[in-house]
Amino acid sequence: MNSIQKNRLKDQLFKFWGIACTLAGLVLLVIFIGGILVDGLSRIDWAFITDLPSRKAEKSGIWTPLMGSVWVLILTALISFPISVAAGVYLEEYAKKNRLSALLEINISNLAGVPSIIYGLLGLEVFVRIMHLGASVLAGALTLSLLILPIIIVATREAIKAVPNSIREASYALGASKWQTIWNQVLPASSGGILTGVILALSRAIGETAPLIVVGALAYVPFAPKGPLDQFSVLPIQIFNWISRPQQGFIDNAAAAIIILLFITFIMNGIAVYFRNKWQKKLQ
Amino acid sequence: MKKLFFLASCTLLVTSLISCGNPAKKEANSQSLTGQISIDGSSTVYPITEAVAEEFRVNQPNVNVTIGVSGTGGGFQKFSRGETAISDASRPIKDKEIAACAENNITYIELEVAYDGLAVLVNPENTWVDSFTSEELKKIWEPAAQGKIMKWNQIRSEWPNEEIHLYGPGVASGTFDYFTEAINGKSGSSRGDYTASEDDNVLVQGIAGDKYSLGFFGLAYYAENKEKLTLVGVHNGESVVKPTLETVSNGTYKPLSRPLFIYINSAAIKKPEVVSFVEFYLENAAKLSEEVGYIALPAELYAKQKEKFKAFVELNK
Repeated sequence: MNSIQKNRLKDQLFKFWGIACTLAGLVLLVIFIGGILVDGLSRIDWAFITDLPSRKAEKSGIWTPLMGSVWVLILTALISFPISVAAGVYLEEYAKKNRLSALLEINISNLAGVPSIIYGLLGLEVFVRIMHLGASVLAGALTLSLLILPIIIVATREAIKAVPNSIREASYALGASKWQTIWNQVLPASSGGILTGVILALSRAIGETAPLIVVGALAYVPFAPKGPLDQFSVLPIQIFNWISRPQQGFIDNAAAAIIILLFITFIMNGIAVYFRNKWQKKLQ
Repeated sequence: MKKLFFLASCTLLVTSLISCGNPAKKEANSQSLTGQISIDGSSTVYPITEAVAEEFRVNQPNVNVTIGVSGTGGGFQKFSRGETAISDASRPIKDKEIAACAENNITYIELEVAYDGLAVLVNPENTWVDSFTSEELKKIWEPAAQGKIMKWNQIRSEWPNEEIHLYGPGVASGTFDYFTEAINGKSGSSRGDYTASEDDNVLVQGIAGDKYSLGFFGLAYYAENKEKLTLVGVHNGESVVKPTLETVSNGTYKPLSRPLFIYINSAAIKKPEVVSFVEFYLENAAKLSEEVGYIALPAELYAKQKEKFKAFVELNK
């Protein structure tokens, strides 16, 4: 066997190794989702979505945690979007490359690696106790906003970096100010990438349990939140609660709630993919 | 401007009419309460409190009862800051927590609401074990056993010369606290080399799939998995007793049955909805606790709790 054949063989082996690695993740996902579908699919009906929690598994529904999740998601988006996009624009377009901005950058990347329960403890002290928001939807949303801020900031910067410099220069050449350039040219051109980042960050936020338990999200709430200062529960907490109950009925309920949560995440990821494709076409 | 004035006076008229009508309506329907009751604490007690809240809602739909599951310790932390009206607990309040309550001028009452039995379990293929004494359980689980008591025949010589595989709840669980206190004499002192999980369903799977296993957890989890596990009796000093509704309730299943509690803040009972909720709790705890897998107290004990609560309400009026 000469060296060319050897290299070809290595090439083939690496290809199969790559296929095996890709399939391993996929097979695990299929087994996991399959198991959950078998357990939970028969449990999902309209009543399951609109009923309140109950001690009887077959009478329980997910209305209040579902509404809690929706409230938290919307508020988190409203809070985190303007702050993190503004921060990303500042760091990419305005900040001078000096020690201060290097320090800021390192800290933002560090924040992205902090365990989520630490954000929960911070939220409990700052939002719940010092700001007296109580265990409210708003306190939960503020905590989750902190959690996903670094993710959106990084995504925003990447999206802005990808905007060709020629667009900025053309804008300046026509006499536009810096702000006009950013607002009318850079942001629209990078909006697809920014939105993708925001949606992916939000789909992480919707699955978070630990920080919300610390902040004081509840397990049993017989009413959907009516305002940002109401108490709330969210889907992951309801799932966590059901899965540790002894009765099989509750475990099936947990599987059904997982399907709903997965469905929401898939839709959000789908929207993110749609925006990314649209954005890529536009730039080309 | 004229239009605005007209509108304003209209609104005034309507609001005054409504507020006039209100007292009469209230009197006619004095049973209907409104308000908010916040409860937090043990996830073991949670199913009972949830069941009570669910039934209470049928009578009093305008009282919003919310329940969290921060754990017994986490619940007391909030309770001692006055953030919750009622705290669920799977063990009595600790000295440190009593001090925290005193610091914030919070006085409270402790009420027993049900019993929970801790079941000791083996695999159904295990043919040699029929009972344990407390001493034998201690010999297996005490900290000194770590790395030493590894085989069944070290406990009783006639048992097989096979490795023993231990399963139990994790250290954060109230069940672990209770078991270690009842068996090893000190809450939290245990050997560490066993398979631990906070999710009792994981322990069920572990014991069901392992012939040489031994484990413990709440009786409710055994009741749901009777065909997969074998319940082992515990010697209470006089005879071997298996945990059942009867033996836990009458106290003969010793030392592995424990009471479950609720604690009520004295400031909260100035609100009639809280008093009404607690009364409703004690009235229905027997039926509802059994429905969710726990064991009711004897009837005279519920009567005692009711009296105790009544006196507490009088005292704090």
